[in-house]
Amino acid sequence: MQLRLNDLGVAGLAAVTLSVEPGECVSIEGPSGSGKTSLLRAVADLDPHGGEIYLNGDACSAMPGPDWRRRVALLPAEVVWWRDTAREHFKDPAALPTAALQLDAAVLEQPVGELSTGQRQRLALLRLVQHEPAVLLLDEPTAALDEANTARVEAFVQAYREQHAAPVVWISHDREQLCRVASRHYALNDGALEPLSGRPGP
Amino acid sequence: MTVHALSHWDLMAAGLLIILLGATSIWLELGLQRQLFVAALRTAGQLLLVGFVLSALFATTNPLWVVLVGTLMLLIAAREVVHRQTSRLAYKPTFATAFVALLLSCASVLVLTLLVFIGNQPWYAPRYAIPIFGMLLGNAMTGVALALNTLMQNVLTRTREIEQRLMLGESRQLAVVDIQRASIRNAMIPTINAMATAGVVSLPGMMTGQILAGTPPLEAVKYQILIMFTITASTGFAIMLALRVSTRALFDERQRLRMDRLHRDART
Repeated sequence: MQLRLNDLGVAGLAAVTLSVEPGECVSIEGPSGSGKTSLLRAVADLDPHGGEIYLNGDACSAMPGPDWRRRVALLPAEVVWWRDTAREHFKDPAALPTAALQLDAAVLEQPVGELSTGQRQRLALLRLVQHEPAVLLLDEPTAALDEANTARVEAFVQAYREQHAAPVVWISHDREQLCRVASRHYALNDGALEPLSGRPGP
Repeated sequence: MTVHALSHWDLMAAGLLIILLGATSIWLELGLQRQLFVAALRTAGQLLLVGFVLSALFATTNPLWVVLVGTLMLLIAAREVVHRQTSRLAYKPTFATAFVALLLSCASVLVLTLLVFIGNQPWYAPRYAIPIFGMLLGNAMTGVALALNTLMQNVLTRTREIEQRLMLGESRQLAVVDIQRASIRNAMIPTINAMATAGVVSLPGMMTGQILAGTPPLEAVKYQILIMFTITASTGFAIMLALRVSTRALFDERQRLRMDRLHRDART
């Protein structure tokens, strides 16, 4: 799958043109309020936007919104759980690869409010991939995690990306992490998305 | 059997009670007297006016007059739904939504009631049609106002939940189904409670009126049961219709939640 943003128009940003190849991970950094989250929300077609987005040549506007969002899955910085336990948010809770993210299956049964932020964040990643989306848009996916669990999430995303040839867009403030997970790097500066040559420098 | 006619003196004597209450309010410095007198005058004025309108209306059998008065009632009811929105935000077509929902639900239940359940001749006789439509409309109006209020307040406080569900690829309908259900339940409680306590806690007004007018209690009770069933049905369907329409108005053609389409202060 290839994700292509063609003159994507987002409020406050210059038109964005960007291709993410199958199995490629692209990082986007930028100060708070620079529009990183707005950009991802537009790619997931959650906000009105100009231009066009293509998934393997299929235009976003040519398919219903929910279909697009099932294929182009956004993990927001703050995830929401609307039922009492995590289990109720999953179609097939028994088949979840909880071990890959060092999660005890018992956490599925506990009230979501009693789980740690880190547990919720890892569960959110499992919830994100349960319908096997073609593209992952990750907004600070490891913000609440310790080093060991951050490494597990990075490995999990990498495995998913390779197995499904899925383009990944990864937003983070952690430059070292972006160097580890992504092969191409961009920064949002003054409303423009600009490529960073090689390593995103400090 | 006919009702014992009230004279003007009887009404004025009853009005003394309001004056007595107002005097007490002045004496105790409750500050209620002004509102009290204005409301009492409005009651007298509005009801006398309605009395004249109904007298004129009942004298005709032209269905066009019934339709005209019914439309006027619908417009006032839809406007009242808009006025009862207390949420900080409301979506724009509240009036149109309420009007359509009340029209479809109450008018069809009314026609069914007149044609099938009561079967009077002619079925559109204003003596039956107008009071029954008023009762259906009054209750459905309260239900729709409550439902839209609950919906809007929930959409405001649970915006992130709705968006999260959209992000996971759910349809707009699925993303708000919990909120819709809560809104329906909340809005139906008064109507269901009224059915559950009818005759035990309170004697319904229509039945009381019929009994005062000389109808045998068992006949009056039968009418009351019929009315309560039809009120509940028309209220429930009006609520569901209004929620369906208003939910759609919250989303755009891409099934995105468009809070920017809501506007501040529903009372415009």
